[in-house]
Amino acid sequence: MNEALNIFTRGFVRENPVTKMLLGLCPVLAVTTTAINGLGMGLATTFVLLGSNVVIALASKAIPSTVRIPSFILVIATFVTIVDLLIQAFSPELNQSLGIFIPLIVVNCMILGRAEAFASRNGLWYSIIDAIGMGLGFTFALLLLSIFREVLGAGTIFNIPLVGEDASTILVFALPPGAFAGLGLIIAGLNSLEKKMGDKK
Amino acid sequence: MNELSGLLLVIVSAIFVNNVVFARFLGICPYLGVSRKLDTALGMGFAVTFVMTIATAIGYVLHYGILVPFKIEFMQTIMFILVIASLVQLVEIVLKKVSKSLYNSLGIFLPLITTNCAILGVALIAIQEDYSFVTSVVFAFFSAMGFILAILLFAGIREKLEEADVPKPFKNVPIGFISAAILSLAFMGFSGLVK
Repeated sequence: MNEALNIFTRGFVRENPVTKMLLGLCPVLAVTTTAINGLGMGLATTFVLLGSNVVIALASKAIPSTVRIPSFILVIATFVTIVDLLIQAFSPELNQSLGIFIPLIVVNCMILGRAEAFASRNGLWYSIIDAIGMGLGFTFALLLLSIFREVLGAGTIFNIPLVGEDASTILVFALPPGAFAGLGLIIAGLNSLEKKMGDKK
Repeated sequence: MNELSGLLLVIVSAIFVNNVVFARFLGICPYLGVSRKLDTALGMGFAVTFVMTIATAIGYVLHYGILVPFKIEFMQTIMFILVIASLVQLVEIVLKKVSKSLYNSLGIFLPLITTNCAILGVALIAIQEDYSFVTSVVFAFFSAMGFILAILLFAGIREKLEEADVPKPFKNVPIGFISAAILSLAFMGFSGLVK
């Protein structure tokens, strides 16, 4: 049980795919204009990661190691297509705002990275926990950045206005430069927070 | 004439206005990963140009030749990623046979390209925008030029940053993002060029 907890929290904090490993940054920067987009992207990615980890953990013994990477990509692409169709069917608005970044989940290096580094070497149970931990860690980072940008850039949070109608907001945070600056500030903040915590121990 | 000015617009837009890195957020991983030194950045840039242009051309042919007639457009993602993965493998084999020196300089970047989202992204955008075949190829080539421009600019800045006295929590990655933000801000100045 301890081992499972360890795997779970590792993905969430210590080896957070976004802030620590710097994996899958393109969607992180691109879709985090509003908190809803960030959450949607995070959950879609988590679903794909869970699906691919499960299939790969089960099938890894049957896949010859020379065609390992193409097979993994095929499994991931299948789950991405499923998510793509589901989002198109149930949430056209989300589909509109995430746009090209839904099919691009295929090349999110975090997913291939987990397939190669974890799911193909571990059992089903641990792979599921790893997928959920990593996926939620990814979602958490997306949510953090998108809330930061939405509050500063648009003055709203989950589309609920925080300031008056005519208050001016820092528009740049809703634009591309704000994505880079926001992520830089968040990682720097986490770094110094971690250092403070480390000093206390 | 009209077509020519259309192409020119696509070129300017691909390099400056909708730069793959700064405006579309594609290819961020290699952008951060290999931009420590100018020459590796250039090597990666050329490898990307090569694969991106060919992948977009093949993707275009397959999309309109197979997916559309058979009404299986939903297979687009799977098909494109397979094209890119096999293309990268093929390029690697051909380069190894044809030019040892080119292989030695580009070889290490090729496997990384499969998961470079700029390649798949540009191929998908070309389809989404309903570009013609020629426009798609031009668009892909000059998007790659935009990528090279971004990665070179950033590599230059990073070589300077190595010697800069950066506050501790900002060391390495965060200051990289802040510089990228400023670069991206500069690129926004181009946004009036193309409607």
